[in-house]
Amino acid sequence: MLELKDICFERDNKKILDHINLVLEKNKFYVITGPNGSGKSTLVKIMMGIEKPDSGQIIFDGKDITHLSVDERAQLGFGFAFQQPVLFKGITVFDLLKIAVGKDIHEEEALNLLKKVGIRTKDYLKREVNRSLSGGELKRIEIATVLARNPYVTIFDEPEAGIDLWSFQSLTEVFREIESTSNGITLVISHQERILNIADQIILLEKGKIKQIGNQKEMINIIFKDSNNVEE
Amino acid sequence: MNEVDKKLLHEIVDDDVEKTEVYNIRKNGQCIGRKSNPYIDIISKEDGKGIDVYVKENTLFGIVHIPVIITESGLTDVVYNDFHIGKNSNIVIISGCGVHNDHNKNSTHDGIHRFYIEENAKVKYVEKHYGEGEGTGKRILNPVTEIYMKPSSHMTIDTVQIKGVDSAKRKTYAKLEENSTLVITEKVMTHGKQKAITDFKVKLKGKNASTHVTSRSVATEDSYQEFSSNIIGKTKCYAHVECDAILKDHGRVKAIPEIYAKDVEANLIHEAAIGKIAGEQLMKLMSLGLTKTEAEEAIIQGFLK
Repeated sequence: MLELKDICFERDNKKILDHINLVLEKNKFYVITGPNGSGKSTLVKIMMGIEKPDSGQIIFDGKDITHLSVDERAQLGFGFAFQQPVLFKGITVFDLLKIAVGKDIHEEEALNLLKKVGIRTKDYLKREVNRSLSGGELKRIEIATVLARNPYVTIFDEPEAGIDLWSFQSLTEVFREIESTSNGITLVISHQERILNIADQIILLEKGKIKQIGNQKEMINIIFKDSNNVEE
Repeated sequence: MNEVDKKLLHEIVDDDVEKTEVYNIRKNGQCIGRKSNPYIDIISKEDGKGIDVYVKENTLFGIVHIPVIITESGLTDVVYNDFHIGKNSNIVIISGCGVHNDHNKNSTHDGIHRFYIEENAKVKYVEKHYGEGEGTGKRILNPVTEIYMKPSSHMTIDTVQIKGVDSAKRKTYAKLEENSTLVITEKVMTHGKQKAITDFKVKLKGKNASTHVTSRSVATEDSYQEFSSNIIGKTKCYAHVECDAILKDHGRVKAIPEIYAKDVEANLIHEAAIGKIAGEQLMKLMSLGLTKTEAEEAIIQGFLK
């Protein structure tokens, strides 16, 4: 179980997160949604340790992890897919997958990881993780590196951002697979109805506060009744 | 060769040199081994200050090893090696210098290499510089590479300096005739108080001549690097110079770009980026379970790969 207790985060005298309290349970697929600037990305970055809260606590399976670094949380079983996939110079897709798995792996094993995100060509393994790959390819590779770790808490920061329709459809399948097989906690920031439809629970964030949490059916009705709450 | 010699050779040349087809091994200013074949001939210069390597026309897939090792502290070794690459040939030249200095006097190697590349010939030139030893004497390398390229010739240069060289001044001068291409990739990593200076001067004289220069460097601790490139386009030609540097600790890097188009059809590009390791790169690798130190190492290793 992952628990956020009274998390506050402020930048430039602006409250980004305002007393957030949240409990995430295992075997559940959560989607966080809400308008731009509502604090969604900051919230998940705080969960991963990329940002530090000004106050509040993060408890994971009874242990206070508020002050643990990103790598320490990764070692505990946290995985994080960045909204903007990070580019490298000289690091190949194969290199990145090996780092993700944490050991030397054969090309076939790496290719199997890529197949999970719809990439089936071996040539991709030798490609550098840079702008020579399209936005959709980078995003899928980003997700493959996270899945490669088989994390217990898996966080996706707006996976649909900057990708083409074909890649998005393929990602939706990936999330359906995660939802049906994962025993851990999955958390996705999304505005897309197709991803909202996969959620067990939807968390609606607004102006740095949790406006509402509920199951998929009731939340989708609320969200799409007042479309101003959701970015198109 | 003793064990130190063998280790130095292994650091700069992957192959077992003495088992290769054509080679010249120089140790402390003297030739200690040489082999030619009917297509590639290595001859000592009359003044004894170097060698001439003659590659016959139409020689394909020739590989020449010309490593230099220095184990004598206080030695300044100056060598002039000239390469005469015949028409239509395709050849690989593996060079490099390894210095082992356990004493307090400086050891210096100044290797002046001149390439005369005839029409339609292809050359791949690989050069690796390495230093080691416990002495306070510096390990100094000052390689000079001059390249004269005839029409439709092609040359690729891969230069690597990763470890142990206290001071290096690397100068590369090239003149390219029509349709010739020069591709240079340089990778340099400096530590401590090491200093590495690179100076490229390329003249694109012939129509459709082109060059692509990539420099990737990492300056750590108190080291200093300087990358200066001067490309002159005299006609319709293309040049792309890319200088990327990562700074760590108190490392310093200076990039001095100069491109001079003397013709309206000359297309010359220079890109330079110097900075510390990007925070998001560290975060990504740390999110995959690497510590900050491991993440830095992986980023640098990839960058210099």
